[in-house]
Amino acid sequence: MKPEYDLLVVGGGPGGALAARTAAEQGLSVCLVEKRPAIGVPVRCAEGVGRDLLTEFMDPDPAWISAEVERAVLVAPDGYRITLEPSMAGCEVGYVLDRKRFDRDLVMQAANAGADIQVKTRAVAPIVKNGAVAGALLEQQGSVSEVLARVVVAADGVESKFARWAGLETAVPLSEIETCVQFLMTGIEIDPGATVFYLGNEVAPEGYVWIFPKGDRTANVGIGISGKKCRSGSRPIDYLNRFIKSSFPEGRVLEWVMGGVPVCRPLERTVADGLIVVGDAARVSDPITGGGIYNAMFTGRLAGKIAAEAIGRGDVSADGLMPYDAGWRSSKLGMALERNYRVKEYFITLSDEKLNRLVHSVSQIDLAQFSVLGIITELVRQDPSLLLELRAIRKLL
Amino acid sequence: MLLIRRDICGYCGCCVSVCPQGALELIDAYLSVGEDCTGCGICARACPLGALEVADEA
Ligand SMILES: Cc1cc2nc3c(=O)[nH]c(=O)nc-3n(C[C@H](O)[C@H](O)[C@H](O)COP(=O)(O)OP(=O)(O)OC[C@H]3O[C@@H](n4cnc5c(N)ncnc54)[C@H](O)[C@@H]3O)c2cc1C
Ligand code: SF4
Ligand code: SF4
Repeated sequence: MKPEYDLLVVGGGPGGALAARTAAEQGLSVCLVEKRPAIGVPVRCAEGVGRDLLTEFMDPDPAWISAEVERAVLVAPDGYRITLEPSMAGCEVGYVLDRKRFDRDLVMQAANAGADIQVKTRAVAPIVKNGAVAGALLEQQGSVSEVLARVVVAADGVESKFARWAGLETAVPLSEIETCVQFLMTGIEIDPGATVFYLGNEVAPEGYVWIFPKGDRTANVGIGISGKKCRSGSRPIDYLNRFIKSSFPEGRVLEWVMGGVPVCRPLERTVADGLIVVGDAARVSDPITGGGIYNAMFTGRLAGKIAAEAIGRGDVSADGLMPYDAGWRSSKLGMALERNYRVKEYFITLSDEKLNRLVHSVSQIDLAQFSVLGIITELVRQDPSLLLELRAIRKLL
Repeated sequence: MLLIRRDICGYCGCCVSVCPQGALELIDAYLSVGEDCTGCGICARACPLGALEVADEA
């Protein structure tokens, strides 16, 4: 580790890896630090990602693809199921990744591009000069050293502290954290080509149960519920145990995965003087699905690019880095985040009865035209009294 | 005072993200709580496993 770099990246997840790789490719000197002793473990993810989204960054490698997904199944609270095929808009073909290998591969790409990598190295405080972030204090093997950087990228995930230390407000409201538990299970009867989502206030209040296939008779089976619904005796672990007892009593659990997914709006500001915040740390995961792999990679790549430009111009102030904030907000991703936030705010108000009607109505839509708008239109046709409630989100779709 | 049941904790960081004080920190597999903890209990609500508990001051 050198005492000074152009760019210091805090966190070795997909966001940090893409920031480091992109900046190193632009010729910056880069150091990525990860507090854990290994990249990618423990996993905190259901590992699902859209194929088209992933191929925006790189060619898929069989080494880190556990399964290819061709269908999505939606299960209503009353047990009614519909299957969405990829010919329908809104249902994309996807992969279930092996994130232990995927995350490591991304960091390896950053290393191959020239970035320095330091694992078991934790950022413990920003170095602040004239009010601007100018590096970080890094703890490694019991000693703390100063590392200066022209720009720091906070890619420190859901448990992000770095941006907060630098003065940004980052706490996620309890009602806007999805608290999750997942088991990697084997020996279970599943459709290896389908992701399955169970909806309902009994099964997962303000969230859902998922089954993401990981190969033959093996899957990530997990649940996320709203933090405000989480109490002693009705925590994600309790819901998941109940679900598995009734659905997969024969299954064997190979791994526990826990975690939180922010479903709030993104940080109000994702830049400060000398600082860019990306991925889960910036709270840019999708408020409906909780998906954040692509979002972290997208914001990470943009951060690497904008940091290189700003350093080239000699202006790493918040204003100089603002094209990053403005860039992701005005992107397709940024607009989808805002729209999906508002749709989520509506969906969490739905009773099981309305959720049933919603899923049933999907089966009656011309499936070639399947879209969120199609479902909503059908719902309103069946129950015009919903129009009033739906008006707020309708113009968003 | 915040009690951390280390036999239950899965060191996932969910609690860290909701603490309004920024009092929690995850050091790899070890969750630590700082002095600025007010005992509000928000983190205990969010924990997926139930590893946190606010104990009454003695
Ligand atoms: C149960 C669950 C299921 C999910 N399922 C999906 C899914 O199916 N599809 C999807 O797209 N997304 C999913 N997500 C979300 C996805 O995992 C995250 O959005 C994604 O990992 C965010 O990437 P990131 O790089 O921002 O952060 P992370 O991947 O969390 O990486 C942050 C890294 O920073 C390190 N770090 C933190 N603080 C410091 C420090 N001070 N110093 C050094 N290093 C530090 C951490 O150890 C960590 O390795 C899921 C999340 C959970 C919890
Ligand atoms: S939320 Fe619970 S399991 Fe996760 S780190 Fe905090 S105490 Fe541990
Ligand atoms: S009790 Fe409140 S202040 Fe203390 S660690 Fe938990 S959330 Fe933070």
